[in-house]
Amino acid sequence: MSAAAAQLSGIVKRFGSVQALRGADLSLAPGEVHALLGENGAGKSTLMHVLGGLLSPDEGRIEVAGAQVRLRSPREATALGIGMVRQHFTFVPRMSVAENVWLGRPGLRFERRAAQEVVRRVGEATGLHLDVSALAGELPVGLQQRLEIVKVLSRDVRVLILDEPTAALTPGEVADLFAALRHLAASGVAIVLITHKMREVLAIADRVTVLRRGAVALSGPAAAQTPGRLAAAMIGEGAAADLMAEALEQSAQAQVSQGARSALSVRDLVVGGRGSVDAVRGVSFDVAESELVGIAAVEGNGQRELLRALAGLVPCSGSVVVGGSAQVSFVPEDRQSEGLILDFTLAENLALGNLHGVRLRPWHLEQRAAAVMAAADIRAEGPTQVVRALSGGNQQKLVLARALAQRPSLLVAENPTRGLDLRATADVHQRLRRAATDEGLGVLFYSSDLDEVLALADRIAVMAGGHWRWVGPSERTRERVGALMLGAA
Amino acid sequence: MTDAFAALSRATPLLLLGIAVLIAFRAGIWNIGAEGQFLAGAVVAAWLGTRWGITSPVVALLVVPALAAAAGALWALVPAWLRSRFGVLEVITTIMLNFVAVYLVGFLVHGPLQEAGHTYPQSDPIAGAARLPALVAGTSVTWALPTGVLLAVAAWWIIARTTWGFALRAVGANPLAAAVSGRIPVERVGMGAFLVSGAVAGLAGAAEVCGVTFALYENLSPGYGYTAIAVALLARLHPLGVIVSALFFGVLEAGAGSLQRVAGVPSVTVYALEGLIIVAMVVVERRTRRAAA
Repeated sequence: MSAAAAQLSGIVKRFGSVQALRGADLSLAPGEVHALLGENGAGKSTLMHVLGGLLSPDEGRIEVAGAQVRLRSPREATALGIGMVRQHFTFVPRMSVAENVWLGRPGLRFERRAAQEVVRRVGEATGLHLDVSALAGELPVGLQQRLEIVKVLSRDVRVLILDEPTAALTPGEVADLFAALRHLAASGVAIVLITHKMREVLAIADRVTVLRRGAVALSGPAAAQTPGRLAAAMIGEGAAADLMAEALEQSAQAQVSQGARSALSVRDLVVGGRGSVDAVRGVSFDVAESELVGIAAVEGNGQRELLRALAGLVPCSGSVVVGGSAQVSFVPEDRQSEGLILDFTLAENLALGNLHGVRLRPWHLEQRAAAVMAAADIRAEGPTQVVRALSGGNQQKLVLARALAQRPSLLVAENPTRGLDLRATADVHQRLRRAATDEGLGVLFYSSDLDEVLALADRIAVMAGGHWRWVGPSERTRERVGALMLGAA
Repeated sequence: MTDAFAALSRATPLLLLGIAVLIAFRAGIWNIGAEGQFLAGAVVAAWLGTRWGITSPVVALLVVPALAAAAGALWALVPAWLRSRFGVLEVITTIMLNFVAVYLVGFLVHGPLQEAGHTYPQSDPIAGAARLPALVAGTSVTWALPTGVLLAVAAWWIIARTTWGFALRAVGANPLAAAVSGRIPVERVGMGAFLVSGAVAGLAGAAEVCGVTFALYENLSPGYGYTAIAVALLARLHPLGVIVSALFFGVLEAGAGSLQRVAGVPSVTVYALEGLIIVAMVVVERRTRRAAA
């Protein structure tokens, strides 16, 4: 085999007293897809930031194409053919696709033709086609993700790093993306795929490396791995077994009850969309108490508008009847921009939407927060800690705990585990399950991760073109639901 | 001793305007128009004081501040409405309305409100009954100063200890989360903060005319409304901190003259220093934020 496209050896990185990487190694061969797994905080992103020139390591060697290098800035990494697609979008919403791709090149002029040519060329080479003149901010999420990748590929890239590229994609888009990645790998590019989804690893990766607490816990050919073994490497043997057992127990319980009383009854609901086309076109359905209903849908088929209308955030027409306390709680998808005020304390964030009267007694809020933190297992220094400092999993638990503290009879959630690691995802699933079984809530959620819908929901519905369709028990397979999402009858 | 009173007198408008700026900034409303709102209040106070024949101090004490505050709020209503209706940036509209206010004062003191002799570009002195009594005889430190301190304490209590203040802070820190997760009427809270901010600035204008200058003239404000931004930022938008930072700037500006006379340091140095303080505060703010992230 030829020299590694890039090789990281014995990388150590400390942030203050925290050791993020304790001698991590990673070797990337040209033409391979290399999956990088690990829990949040295991050091995946730190390691990739080292390779991408964003962080310089305290110890260790970096070799690119056989030669030892020091990467002092992203620019130097780019010059060496290392491209990175970040998890959070970095395009300029008000610029066109071509302008975004051209951004950051030397020179003062925007050369429209050349930029358009670059976008077209990348599209032809990889199948990642884009409309060059569309405004980036107006593209659907799937295409925005594609733009991020095209931006990087528009330069000469030999190592491509993708940080959770599928977090916002539908199964169809994931398939397209993977086809493009295969294509790229075949042309000799080494690809690093950071992900939480085990299915993806097994579907596309040639090799896999698992990080645990800043060091390599497992590295080898992907073909030899099983989800169980990967999970064990990620979180340690004992913990993995517990999580698995819990998941099995929960899916067994899920079959038990179908509450008779209705938590939500929707008739002929219409929600306006952008422009003259309605986003939700007359849907009718019921959610029973103690029931988890999951919506599977391709981005932009009215599921968001439906959920937000039920949460009372956008106007709608038709009839919506909520049972019990008539209280609806909402868990928005983007916890950092919509769910939380990052500069507020934990106690203050818990008070959002839960305040009555005029007087505000901070000590009351803090007492309440301490109780909620204990009950929901939120790990923080205390109720007065600023939420920005919490991990994603703890932030999401906080959003969920606040929603449940409102004593709703219906909980509406958008992508409740987006961007969370295995353990946090399991926690959130367990909380949602308990809310349904123990507290008798109706839960209606949407997830762009079809596996999550299949795993968590008692009943599944598909939304396509603003219409609602229940998925029958016999249709409950990945393939069938995927087809329904694309509009199959 | 007179220097100390000069500093206190100078600190009074800065304190009131600092509170005005802070209320808006805490709600995420970038009201740079305290200057204009201050002048709107001053115009109304001068108009009432010279043309209404006020003879009762009680009436003056009730009517003048109320109408001056209303004028300040009205001056803020224009950018507030433009912001909520058309999404026009309030930074731009408030600055522009400052110029409108400055030239409006110029027009008034050359025209409708000019003194009886029609010689000087200023209004008649306001009626004796409309004047704020001095707190210490022979100085221009008035009851406006303790009122400002009380107002700062009240602002602190409202912002920190009421649900209204909570809504204000939430809207300022993250309007999207305030709307989605807090069910807070973001538009209404922003509009309310803007108008209250304008009203307090208008009050400051009345305090200046009724307590210090007793007349309206051009250059009534040596940029109080802009210095107030530095006052609010130096206090890190904390209502009680504003009391201290307003005093600090009062001392600084009152001392500018003696600085030139005694030490030969140009008085404009003080204004350069104020600018540098704002820059330094913004940098410190950024740094601490980054460290926290």
